[in-house]
Amino acid sequence: MTRYLRLSGLEPFVLTPDIPFVNVGERTNVTGSAKFRKLIVNRDYATALDVAREQVENGAQIIDVNMDEGLIDSQKAMVEFLNLVAAEPDIARVPIMIDSSKWEVIEAGLQCVQGKSVVNSISMKEGEDQFREQARLCLAYGAAVVVMAFDEQGQADTFARKTEICARAYRILTEEVGFPPEDIIFDPNIFAVATGIEEHDNYGVDFIEATAWIRQNLPHAHVSGGVSNLSFSFRGNDTVREAMHAVFLYHAIKAGMDMGIVNAGQLVVYDQIDPALREACEDVVLNRKPKAGGTATENLLDLADRFKGGKREERVRDLAWRDWAIDKRLEHALVNGITEFIDADTEEARQAAEKPLDVIEGPLMAGMNVVGDLFGAGKMFLPQVVKSARVMKQAVAVLLPYMEEEKRLNGGTGRQSAGKVLMATVKGDVHDIGKNIVGVVLACNNYDVIDLGVMVPPQKILQVARDENVDIIGLSGLITPSLDEMVHLASEMEREGLNLPLLIGGATTSKVHTAVKIAPRYSGPAVYVLDASRAVGVVSNLLSPTNKAGFVDGIRTEYAEVTARHERAEAAKDRLPLAKARANPLRLDWDSYSPTAPKFTGPRVIDDWDLADLAEYIDWTPFFQTWELKGVYPKILDDPKQGEAARALFQDAQDMLKRIIAEKWFTPRAVVGFWPANTVGDDIRLFTDGGRETELATFHTLRQQHSKRAGRPNLALSDFVAPIGMPDHIGGFVVTAGPEEVEISGRFDRENDNYSAIMVKALADRIAEAMAEALHARVRRDYWGYAPQETFTPQELVKEPYGGIRPAPGYPAQPDHTEKRTLFKLLDAEAATGVTLTESMAMWPGSSVSGLYLGHPDSYYFGVAKVERDQVADYAARKGMDLAEAERWLAPVLNYDPAAKQAVAAE
Amino acid sequence: MKDFALHDAPVLDELRALAAERILILDGAMGTMIQTLGLSEEDYSAHGHIHGPGCRHHTDHPQKGNNDLLVLTKPDAIEEIHYQFAMAGADILETNTFSGTTIAQADYGLEGAIHDLSVAGAQVARRAADRAQATDGKRRFVAGAVGPTNRTASISPDVNDPGFRAVSFDELRRAYGQQMEGLIEGGADLILIETIFDTLNAKAAIFAAFEVFQKIGQRLPLMISGTITDASGRTLSGQTPTAFWHSVAHARPFTVGLNCALGADLMRPHLAELAGVADTLICAYPNAGLPNAFGGYDETPEQTAALVGGFARDGLVNVVGGCCGTTPDHIRAIADAVAPYAPRKVPA
Repeated sequence: MTRYLRLSGLEPFVLTPDIPFVNVGERTNVTGSAKFRKLIVNRDYATALDVAREQVENGAQIIDVNMDEGLIDSQKAMVEFLNLVAAEPDIARVPIMIDSSKWEVIEAGLQCVQGKSVVNSISMKEGEDQFREQARLCLAYGAAVVVMAFDEQGQADTFARKTEICARAYRILTEEVGFPPEDIIFDPNIFAVATGIEEHDNYGVDFIEATAWIRQNLPHAHVSGGVSNLSFSFRGNDTVREAMHAVFLYHAIKAGMDMGIVNAGQLVVYDQIDPALREACEDVVLNRKPKAGGTATENLLDLADRFKGGKREERVRDLAWRDWAIDKRLEHALVNGITEFIDADTEEARQAAEKPLDVIEGPLMAGMNVVGDLFGAGKMFLPQVVKSARVMKQAVAVLLPYMEEEKRLNGGTGRQSAGKVLMATVKGDVHDIGKNIVGVVLACNNYDVIDLGVMVPPQKILQVARDENVDIIGLSGLITPSLDEMVHLASEMEREGLNLPLLIGGATTSKVHTAVKIAPRYSGPAVYVLDASRAVGVVSNLLSPTNKAGFVDGIRTEYAEVTARHERAEAAKDRLPLAKARANPLRLDWDSYSPTAPKFTGPRVIDDWDLADLAEYIDWTPFFQTWELKGVYPKILDDPKQGEAARALFQDAQDMLKRIIAEKWFTPRAVVGFWPANTVGDDIRLFTDGGRETELATFHTLRQQHSKRAGRPNLALSDFVAPIGMPDHIGGFVVTAGPEEVEISGRFDRENDNYSAIMVKALADRIAEAMAEALHARVRRDYWGYAPQETFTPQELVKEPYGGIRPAPGYPAQPDHTEKRTLFKLLDAEAATGVTLTESMAMWPGSSVSGLYLGHPDSYYFGVAKVERDQVADYAARKGMDLAEAERWLAPVLNYDPAAKQAVAAE
Repeated sequence: MKDFALHDAPVLDELRALAAERILILDGAMGTMIQTLGLSEEDYSAHGHIHGPGCRHHTDHPQKGNNDLLVLTKPDAIEEIHYQFAMAGADILETNTFSGTTIAQADYGLEGAIHDLSVAGAQVARRAADRAQATDGKRRFVAGAVGPTNRTASISPDVNDPGFRAVSFDELRRAYGQQMEGLIEGGADLILIETIFDTLNAKAAIFAAFEVFQKIGQRLPLMISGTITDASGRTLSGQTPTAFWHSVAHARPFTVGLNCALGADLMRPHLAELAGVADTLICAYPNAGLPNAFGGYDETPEQTAALVGGFARDGLVNVVGGCCGTTPDHIRAIADAVAPYAPRKVPA
């Protein structure tokens, strides 16, 4: 099991890498909230519980409870409050952070919580012995701990002190106490900056750098802090305080701070801070010299007055459509994706309507129907529809409070949705752009979409399907192991007697796979959906009482044909026994070839990436495909039909790309390595040194087994590497645009802006691919240097005019994803780039690319296609892998049914 | 000074080695078997003369239904039931000590008898285990059974006072500690904290186990078994199976699992959830279906075994047995049903 921080209230909480930052609710803290302190002093526990409930409703993933106040019996208040919280399921569902400077209060709290909580905090303030004792008790109570960077000498203020204390505490906890490292959260002390005292100026930097050091050197441990201390000297000026917090968190989170006590309701978005204020805050937090001169503190103080109270004025534009009737204005805003006036327009419509629901079911749905019709008629395109959805979402957000109020008053009826669709990216897979697009399109068409996100285990899908009584389940996945997960889920649905339609989508899925592997496992309808534009048609047919039977029959007939055709085609294909395929390899002329030696061997981290340079290398054609605009860039911009949509999309992409570059949204990282290598059979053996005496690792490859026309080889990747006796090399790489896309995209989602949320992910993907292209060029010209004279422009590279290839494990030339493990180990890629592999060998973050470098000028991309049992057995033996496991990983390319043989053997 | 960094008792290696080879079998329902004996108040109380290993316990409370007391007053009958389960295929025998804490025995006025009940409970099971082992040569283990008590530490019994608690963590911790010490003294190989409907009670038991282990200088294997009470898929105290696991994982138990309240069919999805998240062995011992109108259980050995066999076929379990309503015939059928299947692999 991966070492994640795993907590619980009534429900579990796991701090996975796709949660960039945990907001710990701070409103139930008497030291942080005057309102809460008053409630507790007056023993108004009912209202105090409302404060807790509100925090959970606002998205706090953990709530901090602190009763340290002179006027209160803290221990008694802690026990009373936690016991009351336990009786409120809507609060108790999240884990509790038991916060006190007094150990007796903490221990009393620990005796009241059934979930796995967090103790905040323990430290070496009173020496190591007491620290050990308290840590052991935390372990026996089953709690995670926040450890303050505090020792006998006091609170650590410098980088050196912070890291020395945390390292010492970590060693004691993990080596002496037996504390799980993933349950340790360090608080390296956030102190006030911009106080006018010079010694304080570097406090922000000290924290951020200590954070980075802890995350790199103390494996699995986390970093947290109380952010509000930072801006203490700007009390009374919330605009400046919030800006300072946002700027600080932006940098601290990048450095690895993954938890914090913050008021989520008061956080501003980094990008939306006034640029002058943002820069001044950045100077203070990062202890930089302001460009304009003076000190950072003085500069921010000068600026602060301007931000007291007042808000910027909205600019008003006079546009003809603004004079239209309200319904027409709403329709115009929806069709054209204009959010600028939607809040006011919606409010106006609400006041004119009898009840808020009428606005949704009247003008808004009418507008969305226009959008749906235009989309169906091919007059609107996906990016435009997603923008319409953003407008719709914001309008509904305006109405929602009124609808809830109305419901509360008279139990009024809710909005009638067209059906409930559950969507999920399956276990082990992190890719979700396509799924998110489908979700948006369905939501636009009045379906209620429950999106469970990525890496969703089957039990969760089934449970939510039951609990929420959904009408349809939609599964998505991009990498090949996800195909198996989908088959598994179909069998689980069958076993549980479900009969809901199951939709299958995502890049590696296909009609053939759905028909041959998934549909037979499930007696309900299992339907392949090619792209988002088909989703609405399929779903509406499946949910229509009149059309459903005919539609499902049609699918069944079609899939039966697809299956029969597939079987005929497979039977017709002659497969060669492995020995015969091996006798027909590609025979390169090694005698007349002299391989170039790379400039270095072993791995090297490349982190001097410039986002502006990378942008030059972006291949835009796949970007348009992501948005379901089919055509080749740049021609697509002038396409008579899609051109307008493509140009608008391209403009939006360029605008965002500019911000990505100017504001450094991503931190691209790469690692590249080269090793002496030779072919041994169908494998590529790597050596530690040029003398090739010590083996370092082996890349295993698979050989084509279909029978070929005379003169065509049965290829394996190993054919491109020289046999033993020649000084050949291979290379490998991992690149990533960085983990930031997850957080940024989540932020857009929370702002009801799924258009930008999808856009940023699509661009992160493109940047990762651009890195792969740019790095490959550097490798050929410089690092490996077998083509030093190469002068192709980035645009020319798209057509792959160069010598050598960079095949990726899991793709056609080597369909086995597990070869990534070898590659990652050789490159120490996780430490070098932060990219990790999921159980299905997907790379996280999703915008990452990896592969091998083969340098022979005659090497080329090919597909291994289907392989036979003899090769899989041989391959498994070479890899030292169980046959069954190898068959599982190679399931998509097996030319036989592994289960069939077991059945025969059992008889 | 607390120090819980102890070495594991050698029996853990023995259990792990066996569990790597095959699915282990836990016994069935002691209470169900005792019911068939049709015992009277006199049988339970031994005519008011309850003899412990060291002393004699007097009480005016009626004792009929106090099954735990039978290890003192009808030890041969209890040993025979243990022996029948062992010969039906059980590798692990649970002591008849489900209610053997001062808290649970308060209803019978026998708080003073806890040490004797615990020691004798373990001894009776140990004798049956050794006898079965002598008969067929197969190793048997004794699990000291620790029940939930009849009070909950995180739920108020008074709807008008949700902050009230009928029992505290410390009271539970002390009561559990006393019971566990007796069980270990009487020869228990491991400790089974079972039928957990309030996780806070279980956490007090885990804390007590840590303290007792520190006293004896080694960690015995722990088995932890929660109870999902109804179709909501939650414990009585409101936790989901995954949340429950997160709450008890610090015990680093030999097994975690589910028992009681539900039959195997209704238990299955919750067990599957647990099997998906817990990086330790999984143990399941469901009831023989849901109780009928008369409080009895209707599933035949074949029916229960088919369902539990399904757990094994799908790779969900490492240890299986039965709870309410399961007889030695059920256990025999379950053992046969799971025999063809490999034990679940702990997620890496």
